[in-house]
Amino acid sequence: MGWLFDPANWSGSTGIPLRLLEHLGYTLLTLVIAALIAIPLGAFVGHTGKGGFVIVGLSNALRALPTTAVLILVVLWAGLGDFPVYVALVLLAIPPIMAGTYAGVRAVDPVTVDAARGVGMRESGVLLQVEIPNALPLIYGGFRGAALQVVATATIAAYTGAGGLGRLVFDGLALQDFGQMLAGAVLVALLAVLVDLGFAGLQKLTVSPGLRPVGTGGKR
Amino acid sequence: MTWIFENWERFWEVTGVHLRLSVVPVLIGFLLAIPFGWWASRSQRARAVLFPFANVLFTIPSIALIVITPVLIGVKILDEINVIVPLTVYTVALMIRSVADALSAVPGNVIAAANAMGFRPLRRFLTVDFPLALPVTIAGLRVATVSNISMVSVGALVGLGGYGQLFTEGYQTDHTEKVLAGLIGTVVLAVLADGLLLLIGRLLTPWARAGR
Repeated sequence: MGWLFDPANWSGSTGIPLRLLEHLGYTLLTLVIAALIAIPLGAFVGHTGKGGFVIVGLSNALRALPTTAVLILVVLWAGLGDFPVYVALVLLAIPPIMAGTYAGVRAVDPVTVDAARGVGMRESGVLLQVEIPNALPLIYGGFRGAALQVVATATIAAYTGAGGLGRLVFDGLALQDFGQMLAGAVLVALLAVLVDLGFAGLQKLTVSPGLRPVGTGGKR
Repeated sequence: MTWIFENWERFWEVTGVHLRLSVVPVLIGFLLAIPFGWWASRSQRARAVLFPFANVLFTIPSIALIVITPVLIGVKILDEINVIVPLTVYTVALMIRSVADALSAVPGNVIAAANAMGFRPLRRFLTVDFPLALPVTIAGLRVATVSNISMVSVGALVGLGGYGQLFTEGYQTDHTEKVLAGLIGTVVLAVLADGLLLLIGRLLTPWARAGR
C-alpha cells in the first residue's frame, strides 16, 4: 500500500487527485447521457405497455456487449480520445436504467393509475406526476446499478490511453509496479462506494416517504 | 463476418476457451452463494454484513482483480485461474443477493405447512424452499452468466485467452474485422447461454406457468 500513501503520487498532472476527478467526470457525464436516453424510453414503453419485449430483449442484448470491444471498435473508427470512452460506457449504463424504469412504471398499482385518470389527469400528467414518482425506487435501483458498473468499467478506458484511475492499473501493469495497480483497484472500489452513497442520499431526498419499504416484520 | 469463416479453427479455439473461462466460475460461484444466500435470508444481521460486502466486491474493477489475483494466490500472470477466481468472486457477490431474495420470497404459509407436515430442515430446504426459489434464482443466474461471458474478454488485456484476444490483436494491428468477430462471438454465446438457462428454468418449474 506504500504507493497509495506516497505524497509524490498525490500531486501534478498524473497525480491521484486528477485521476480521481477524471474518473468521476467520465462516470457522471456517462450517467447523465444514459439517463436522458434510457428513462424516457423505459417510461414511455412502461406507460403504453407496448413493445415491452423490445425493451427487455434490447437490454439483454446490450448487457452482453463486451465494453472492451466497443471501446476498441470506436477507437479504430473515430480515433483516440474521450469520445470512444463515452460511447462504450453509455452503452453499458443504458440497459439497467432502462430496465429499472420500465419495470418501475409497469409495477405501479393499476388502481392508482386508474384513480389518476378518474380525477381528470391527462396522459402526460398520469406519467409525470403519478407513474414516474411511484416508480422512483426501482428507477434508482437501476440507476445505482448502472453507476456501480460505470465506475468499475471506466477503468478500462485507460487501455486506449484515456485518463481516469485505470491509468494506475495499466501503468502499474506495464511497469510491473504492483503497488500502483493495487492503489488503482482500491481507489476505484472506494469511489464506487462513495458514488453509491451519494445516490442513496439523493434517493432519500427525492423519493416520497410514502414509498419507503415497509418492514414485513416477524421471523421465519 | 468473413474473418470468422476464413479463420474457423482459431475462432472455435477461442470460443472453447471463452466458454470454459465463463461457465466454470458461474458453477463454482453459484454453489458457494447458496449457503451464504440461505444465511442472509434467515438473519437480518447476516444480510446487513453480506449485502454491503457483496456490493463492494462487485465494485472492484475486473481488470484490477485479474492483475491482483496472481500476486494474492501466488501463480503466474498467464494462468487461467486468474480469470476464474475473479469471475467466481463476482458470481458469488451477485448470487448471494438473488438466492437470499428468492428464499425470502417463498410464502410463509407454504413453509408453515411443510413444517407442520414434519419436514426436517434439510429436506424442507431441498424439496420445498429451494425449488420454490428457483425462478428468482435462475433470473440471477442468467444475469451472472451473461455478465461473466462479457467480462472474460477483460482477461485478454493482460494476455489471457478467449474472444478478448481477438480484441487486443485487432486493436494492435488495426484490424476491425477481428474485433467485430470477437464481439459477435461474445454476444451470440451470451444469448445462447441465456436462452438455455431460460429453458432449463421453465422445465424445472412447470408450476410457475400453471393457471395463467
